[in-house]
Amino acid sequence: MSELPGDLIYTSEHEWLRREDDGSVTIGITDHAQTALGDLVYVEMPETGQTLERGGDMAVVESVKAASDVLAPIAASVVAVNEELADDPEKMNVDPYGAGWIVRLRPSDGVDETEFLTPDAYQSLIDAADG
Amino acid sequence: MGSKTPLYDKHIEAGARIVDFGGWDMPLHYGSQKQEHHAVRNNAGVFDVSHMTIVDLRGERVREFLRHLLANDVAKLRQAGEALYTCMLNAAGGVIDDLIVYFFGELRYRLIVNAATRDKDLAWIERCAESYGVEINERAELAMIAVQGPRARELAASGIGSEWREQALALKSFTGMEAGELFVARTGYTGEDGWEIVMPAASAAAIWDRLLAAGVEPCGLGARDTLRLEAAMNLYGSDMDESVSPLEAGLGWTVAWDPEDRNFNGRAALEQIRKNPGRRRFVGLLLEDRGVLRSHQRVVIDGADDGEITSGGYSPTMGRSIALARVAAGNCSRAKVDVRGKMLEVRIVKTPFVRNGQVRIEL
Repeated sequence: MSELPGDLIYTSEHEWLRREDDGSVTIGITDHAQTALGDLVYVEMPETGQTLERGGDMAVVESVKAASDVLAPIAASVVAVNEELADDPEKMNVDPYGAGWIVRLRPSDGVDETEFLTPDAYQSLIDAADG
Repeated sequence: MGSKTPLYDKHIEAGARIVDFGGWDMPLHYGSQKQEHHAVRNNAGVFDVSHMTIVDLRGERVREFLRHLLANDVAKLRQAGEALYTCMLNAAGGVIDDLIVYFFGELRYRLIVNAATRDKDLAWIERCAESYGVEINERAELAMIAVQGPRARELAASGIGSEWREQALALKSFTGMEAGELFVARTGYTGEDGWEIVMPAASAAAIWDRLLAAGVEPCGLGARDTLRLEAAMNLYGSDMDESVSPLEAGLGWTVAWDPEDRNFNGRAALEQIRKNPGRRRFVGLLLEDRGVLRSHQRVVIDGADDGEITSGGYSPTMGRSIALARVAAGNCSRAKVDVRGKMLEVRIVKTPFVRNGQVRIEL
């Protein structure tokens, strides 16, 4: 059973977003995603300052099994990437909502909450997938 | 829903993540693939390999038949229990499957072939056996486990009847013996010491429980793949198939050329490939940049045709990415690999990468 923090919003692509006080948005993959991917061994990061299109390439996470694209959930520029994942990508397995964060973005047009999933809605999505 | 081995309920009990593998519901891992990998390199792990196909052969002319069917020569097997790794080739010298053949007696042999190739293997064996009067008996009622790791035999020994235990512990590499209802062989697919044990399905759960109680870790197909990749052991369907000869898959050592008059399937084609100095070579790659090599990625060597990664991944033992690849002839020691559009540096290295817990290449 995945634990799902109530203060985050989610995407159907198994990413989470946290709106920070300074207007930036922190993004990572959900506990459900890291469980499905298995032990993570590498993450390919965007450059700081890079501009991302919504739905465009943002990062690639590689597990022992396979490589998976992490797409940008919003149009934004990259404020920071989690450098610690370079040496310790397993942080995404161990603490996906905390130390395993992937990037921090500055939204180009703000974040429209209605386009994302509430914790309950995301929970329903993964429950349905687990069937 | 796929086929289930006699140990399926044990996998669920141990928290396995189940995946389809060649029509079988098999454990991918039981929580952490990396941890299972390290357990085999440092201690002991157990794999359910009951999905593999066991075929017993019997007949007056069975030896003559196998000397025709297989590229390695069963004439090398003289003592009961001795085993041989070999390819089974088509007329073009392509690999139909790789397998282990056990010698049980002059009239009795056992083949253990891959699960995903079961149907075509059996059809081919039956067709080739027609004129030899060999009795072919698939043993689907048997289960099979692999106990692997530096402490595997020591921890698994309690599962062998006491009257056979000493003899089982004394087995040499690539030999096996019957131990009551079990067949125990010192073989495996991890690059570590250990046993593969064939048993009646009804005994499998109890033996599994005893191994886990002794401290052997359950390991899934995920760890099996990273372990065999580090040991540079070929995976059928990835590293070779019917379009590739063993000479271009790093398996030239398994072809018995002598005696010259042994006319095994594929020999004529293989002789031609052997004479061609331009045939592709099968090599190990070590990624020098960060990232992960994966199968089907393009290998680029200056002034030569592109090659291809046949198996790639992350090596938990080295903390680096490694691969097996088929590349153009030559003696070049460096190459680049196209990893999703980026050209990453790799070193061509002599395999295996890891054997018996030790890294065997320079990092």
